[in-house]
Amino acid sequence: MEAIKELSVIEPTSKTEKEVEELVKDWGNDGEKLIMAMLAVQDKYNWLPPDALDYLSRRFEVPKGQIYHIATFYKVFSLVPRGKHILKLCMGTACHVRGAPMIADALQRDYDIPLGSTSDDGLFTLERVNCVGACAIGPVLVVDGQYRGNMTQNRASAVIKRLKRLAEKEAENA
Amino acid sequence: MPRIESAEMLKNIQEKFRKELEAYPMVISICHGMSCRATGAVEVANAFEKIVEGSSDIRFIRSGCQGFCEKGPLSVVRPSNIFYQMLKPGDVNEVMQKTVERGEVIDRLLYANPTTGEKLGKEHEIDFYAKQHRVVLELNGYIDPLRIEDYFAHDGYSALAKAMTGMERGHIIEEMIDSNLRGRGGAGFSAGWKWKTCSEAPGERRHIICNADEGDPGAFMDQAVLEGNPHSVIEGMIIGAYAIGGTDGHIYIRHEYPYAVHTFQNALDQARDYGLLGENILGTGFDFDIQVCFGAGAFVCGESSALVRSLQGQVGEPRDKFVHATEQGYHDEPTNLNNVETWANVPHIINKGAQWFRGIGTKGSPGTKVFSLVGKVENTGLIEVPMGISLREIVFDIGGGIKEGKDFKAVQTGGPSGGMLSEAQLDLPVDFDELDKAGSMMGSGGMIVMDENTCVVDVAKYFIDFLIDESCGKCLPCREGLRQMSNMLHRICDGDGKLKDINDLEALGETVAATALCGLGKSAPNPVLSSIRHFRDEYIAHIVEHKCPGGVCKALISYHVLPDSCTGCGSCAKVCPSDAIHTVPGKKRKDGLLHEIDLEACVKCGACIDICPENAIEKRSPAEVPVGAARS
Repeated sequence: MEAIKELSVIEPTSKTEKEVEELVKDWGNDGEKLIMAMLAVQDKYNWLPPDALDYLSRRFEVPKGQIYHIATFYKVFSLVPRGKHILKLCMGTACHVRGAPMIADALQRDYDIPLGSTSDDGLFTLERVNCVGACAIGPVLVVDGQYRGNMTQNRASAVIKRLKRLAEKEAENA
Repeated sequence: MPRIESAEMLKNIQEKFRKELEAYPMVISICHGMSCRATGAVEVANAFEKIVEGSSDIRFIRSGCQGFCEKGPLSVVRPSNIFYQMLKPGDVNEVMQKTVERGEVIDRLLYANPTTGEKLGKEHEIDFYAKQHRVVLELNGYIDPLRIEDYFAHDGYSALAKAMTGMERGHIIEEMIDSNLRGRGGAGFSAGWKWKTCSEAPGERRHIICNADEGDPGAFMDQAVLEGNPHSVIEGMIIGAYAIGGTDGHIYIRHEYPYAVHTFQNALDQARDYGLLGENILGTGFDFDIQVCFGAGAFVCGESSALVRSLQGQVGEPRDKFVHATEQGYHDEPTNLNNVETWANVPHIINKGAQWFRGIGTKGSPGTKVFSLVGKVENTGLIEVPMGISLREIVFDIGGGIKEGKDFKAVQTGGPSGGMLSEAQLDLPVDFDELDKAGSMMGSGGMIVMDENTCVVDVAKYFIDFLIDESCGKCLPCREGLRQMSNMLHRICDGDGKLKDINDLEALGETVAATALCGLGKSAPNPVLSSIRHFRDEYIAHIVEHKCPGGVCKALISYHVLPDSCTGCGSCAKVCPSDAIHTVPGKKRKDGLLHEIDLEACVKCGACIDICPENAIEKRSPAEVPVGAARS
């Protein structure tokens, strides 16, 4: 058995595979590290590209089915590319009683970004998060890692407008 | 950096750093808890650091969460204990010039008692802190969590030395059993007995796990401990491993807490550098290390058997527990799993003894408990109180009562697995058994306060929907039962409920609780069952009168402009997404009612209420029927 394992050592070939290998090189083929490896991949690409998962499957000797099972079970993983700006709306209980659902409604109604989706222009992904631990300033909207407290529909709308303007300006300059 | 090879050497190192810290005549600490960071603590700290850097008189620390999140960013100047709140980077110079140099107190940065208006300058004078009893959070605010040296200076790792060099393994476990420390993750099982069972289970390897997958929405206790005093958790885990015979340690931290991960990993590295983790700890021949593993956003992974699976790189589905994890857990080997706060209590118990611990709290639930007090309460924050304190004291004395002087309606303890308690239960002493009896539970310590403008049916619906989302789908009662309960709750909130739904909810809830596989499913109906038990009237009001007493359920409310208050500024019309707000022709400002909401066009988003500077818009329930709606 040992000899067979030796033979099936995987060499990364494509660019993605090489990048992924760089992320997971310290972990051998210990299947226990699979979730950590997937998190690292997601942190790098902002989503889980299929060729990266293919490589992980061969690399960790885990069936692809199991990898997709994990990818769909855990909330942080995304199998589709996410937007340029990641908006995380806290839907913890404290934020809920202080009106977070109204903000989700507003973003869907006014900008067509339902919770858990990416806008058509690829600019925004709106995700729900079940508590970021900043309950004192709820409702909280995390905009690209920045915590924005005491959020209201109007302030959330202002955030979207600002980022849209920014994108337009960048497009003009480009 | 020297490796600490004996208890004696540890003592010398502690002494050295104690002296080093005592040499500073003054300490300024600024809270770097999540809420404070989100309100600008980092900028304030940077401004301080610029001035203080290199000073031999003033020590500046970025501390863990100090608790009073509502008033962040916070700062305490010691030894005078002057407490400043809501700091801005622009205040820093004034603090340095007046308070630090001349010892003056800056009035405008002090906390004012909301009822008397009296300015309170010292930390312990403030109601929020006065009734607390800090054990686990004792050093938050006093130490720099990124420096193990600070922990040493406060006698850190003394308990480890005491346990490893002065106590038999069995004696440590006896002490833990004697202390009656109950698991702070929620279930409240005796930690000592867990240790004993695990230590006696047959097997060559034993695994020590810390559950830091704090998934309860509205709870951030573990985050505060990991960010504020990570070494207390590490010390607890090493003591546990030594007593149980643990061979390896793991901590399962939520991926959504990047700062906690960073702080904890940094602490692990430092402990390794000093030889407190790794081989031959304190020269006793005992080897132990802790690995970090991330949770990937699954609430069910807080359940022990699901967590173990996730740790093994699999999908976090629980299994039935005919055999406990203490006997067959991680890799089917004996595993001892405790929550962050439980581990953080261990060094205190070893240092001060079981008897001291039992002197705090109640007979059945000794010690303290950390709660995150959130929701519609005046003083949101992180509190640590002795068990047995009443809910009233927590909500009204520490929490300062309800925001904006509104009426108290309910408090939810124990997160989505807990229950709602009403005004009649406010004098209930908070401990594991009493909360259980009232149909709620201790849970991990989320405490959400609701005011008159909260709808209990809506909150019950929120929790059930949350749990549907988080259910792993393995067992039928949880997967399907919760869905049916959700359907009924949605129906009630939409005004289509029937009285029979209440009885059905109770019957189904009891069935799910009795038959679900794991703790998530078993406790899932709690919010519904407890809210029906204590707020049946509200359910009936929704069904019979089509009235939402909290004014939340969209189908049952309508928005109206108050004629006497409207000044006609037009802000509401500007933000209205459905152009439902029009000016009333011919009206003059002195006659009032310059705007009117078209009930048929209104989508009930609430944007107008948010923006109205005059509070001139109100919600009415039952909804007033739009003109013409009766015909269609």
